[in-house]
Amino acid sequence: MNILYFLVGSSVLMALIFLGAFFWAYKTGQNDDVHTPGIRILFDDEPENQKSEEDHFLS
Amino acid sequence: MEDEKNITIETLCYHCGEDLPKLNHTFDNKKFCCSGCLGVYKILSANNLCNYYHYNNSPGQQFKGESHLDYLDEPNIITQLLDYKHQSSSIITFYIPAIHCSSCIWLLEHLYKINPAVFSSRIDFLKKQVTISYNHEEISLRQLVEMLNQIGYEPLISLQDVVKAHSSSVDKTLVLKIATAGFLMGNVMLFSFPEYFGLSGLEKKFQYLFGWLNLAFSIPAAFFCGRDYFVSAITSLKHKHVNLDTPLALIIAVLFFRTAFEIVLNTGPGFADTLTGLVFLLLMGKWLKQRTYHHISFDRDYRSYFPIAVTTLENGKEKPVSINEIQLGDRLWIRNGELVPADAILMKGDAWMDMSFVTGESEPVHKVLGEIIYAGGRQTTEAIELEVIKPVSQSYLTGLWNNENYKNAVEKETFNDSVAKFFSLGVFIIAFAATGYWLFQDESSKAWSAFTAVIIVACPCVLALSTPFTLSAILSVFDKKGFYVKNTDAVEELAKCDTIVFDKTGTLTSTENAAISFGGHLENDEKVLVASLLRNSSHPLSRQILKTLDVDHFHPLKDYREVLGKGLAAKIDRRSIYAGHLSMLPITVENISKSGVHILIDHVYKGHFDVEQQWRPGLKQLMLDLSKYQIHLLSGDTDKDLWRLKTIFSTATKMKFRQSPHEKLNNILALQQSGKKVMMLGDGLNDAGGLKQSNFGIAITDNINNFTPGCDAILKGSSINYLPHFAQLSKDGLKIIKASFAIATAYNCVGIFYAVQGTLYPLVAAVLMPISTVTIICFTTFATRIYARKNKLI
Repeated sequence: MNILYFLVGSSVLMALIFLGAFFWAYKTGQNDDVHTPGIRILFDDEPENQKSEEDHFLS
Repeated sequence: MEDEKNITIETLCYHCGEDLPKLNHTFDNKKFCCSGCLGVYKILSANNLCNYYHYNNSPGQQFKGESHLDYLDEPNIITQLLDYKHQSSSIITFYIPAIHCSSCIWLLEHLYKINPAVFSSRIDFLKKQVTISYNHEEISLRQLVEMLNQIGYEPLISLQDVVKAHSSSVDKTLVLKIATAGFLMGNVMLFSFPEYFGLSGLEKKFQYLFGWLNLAFSIPAAFFCGRDYFVSAITSLKHKHVNLDTPLALIIAVLFFRTAFEIVLNTGPGFADTLTGLVFLLLMGKWLKQRTYHHISFDRDYRSYFPIAVTTLENGKEKPVSINEIQLGDRLWIRNGELVPADAILMKGDAWMDMSFVTGESEPVHKVLGEIIYAGGRQTTEAIELEVIKPVSQSYLTGLWNNENYKNAVEKETFNDSVAKFFSLGVFIIAFAATGYWLFQDESSKAWSAFTAVIIVACPCVLALSTPFTLSAILSVFDKKGFYVKNTDAVEELAKCDTIVFDKTGTLTSTENAAISFGGHLENDEKVLVASLLRNSSHPLSRQILKTLDVDHFHPLKDYREVLGKGLAAKIDRRSIYAGHLSMLPITVENISKSGVHILIDHVYKGHFDVEQQWRPGLKQLMLDLSKYQIHLLSGDTDKDLWRLKTIFSTATKMKFRQSPHEKLNNILALQQSGKKVMMLGDGLNDAGGLKQSNFGIAITDNINNFTPGCDAILKGSSINYLPHFAQLSKDGLKIIKASFAIATAYNCVGIFYAVQGTLYPLVAAVLMPISTVTIICFTTFATRIYARKNKLI
């Protein structure tokens, strides 16, 4: 059962990595605005782009 | 989808959604209410940005007119505003009050399509901020702001930097501490489980390792996450004062040292699980207390109302100067619609000052040459020249903020702090009694464990949690009804108030629904004449009157002239027509009221349009509901509405008129000195001193995005009738806190029963604490909902 020593060590290490990841994410401002990205992702890609190119060819 | 849109554009402006006047502008088969809206549409369609109109129906803002941006060319003002500047790129963050829907986000994040010199722009929707990075070699800051103005998103650039004040609203390290505490708690729980379920021979081998790991986790829990409690406890003890943090710090310390001793001496498993759980829950409570509204600022002062720069005259040349740099003797050049930033003497020009910021009276006041004009006055006619006699920071209006009397003089002790004293005392008595008993029995090991156990069990953690949980539940009930309270402490202040002071203009009357009435009579063809004249003016009053006239054709004008803010005159088919202020009338008319827009056709006086402010509905009922409170009225206005006020207020109400901002403040101070807890409702800068001085200041606004002076809470005008319910719920909230305190005490008695015997097993402590916490959280949440329903707020 000595493998438990290794497993306990790895589990603590994993948890520390996640904590570190959260620290990094928070300090770089990724949690500052949690509202706008939710709206932003709903915007369509530009259908206008194609149209304008067509206009360009026509004229 | 398309059909739906066609229906909406028939009656509403395609851009801004306003009702269409009978005569409107048409472009691309779309109808617009004014040339401003049409202009924005033209810009957007020229840049392929018509998607703007696809995400929402009529998302636009009405064009507000030109503003002077010369000051944005001054290098030292630019450096004040910029966030970052490097070589050719600059980054700036603007606060744009007009941001309100997803279309706004879409458009403002596609600014690069209008001008490629903009690299990127990013919106923070809740804070209504846009961060733009641009190439300052290709587009100047002024051009950038002009571009935003053109598409209807005017950034608000004021002396008080709203953008930077916001970013520090929540303590950033607190979130990191909560994350760490959660991590520590999870791991400690994991390693404590074997202990909870009893140890087999195999697990005994690991007991030593788990113990040391738990101790290792306890160190950051106590000294990183719990650091604030020690700091606060030490400072309060230095001031010979006990606050709630004092017993909390003591418990954290006792838990830590007992755990350390037990593990180092290998006598037991320690209390690491209780310690980490306690710290985590305490920090959660603290976070709830700190949470505020992102989109509302409660700390505004005069600086938010003042522009960042003003035009000065130097040897006859105009030069924009930052307001902080204005010196005595400087000559200011104040144009129509601009604010006087410092007390000054009128040197040149015809001054009609709108002093509503200072006095609450919106009727412009005429000032003669040599007269002093106080800071905060807004010029309504042509440009004037002034000489500064006092620096901005010492002027009459800003003096309101330098007043020494403010709240720090008023004792502000929360329920928690007052209970904490007795609580700590009680715990110490029990702890020392138990220790003394066991020492007397000659069992010193039991004496030590009883002492620590009592302190651990009698944790005021529930006290620290019930207040933020109850009060933040109340806050969320309030904000659904349009009542935004600054923080949880303010709710306690609200509950204690026994006197209410009302302002009149803007508080009891509504600024949005002004009714326009015409005193006199106009024939139909005369209406068309007046409408044709007013159509050419961008003055808000002209637009409002034009809407009420509602005519379907216009005549062409001749000899049109407009004196800014005073009136219009023109000739139509050889008929002369005039609309505007009394003083501009070419003839003198006797026996008419001074205010309003007067109409003169062919030198015959026809009457005047009067803008009457509407009283908010249900005021009489409101006053009846508030009969438990002592009511006062402080108005900056004259007593012309006295008869009307008497029908609303009871006879016991004390009314005072013609109150200057300083008199309002002093009135409230006098009430406080006679032992009253004062709640004040006001709206403008003229109430700012009073709002700040009062125990609970409420700023009333019809549009939550408008500027409100610094206060404890912001109330939507339409919700004013709920005021008695809000106050009642806050009182009920204090009852809930007291009840949860009783529940917590019951739990503590159980724990202390074991603790004094010296037989408190860590498992009992580890189970008791979460159970009591969960009970309290459930109790406060449900009780708040029940009371909210009882008060008809849900």
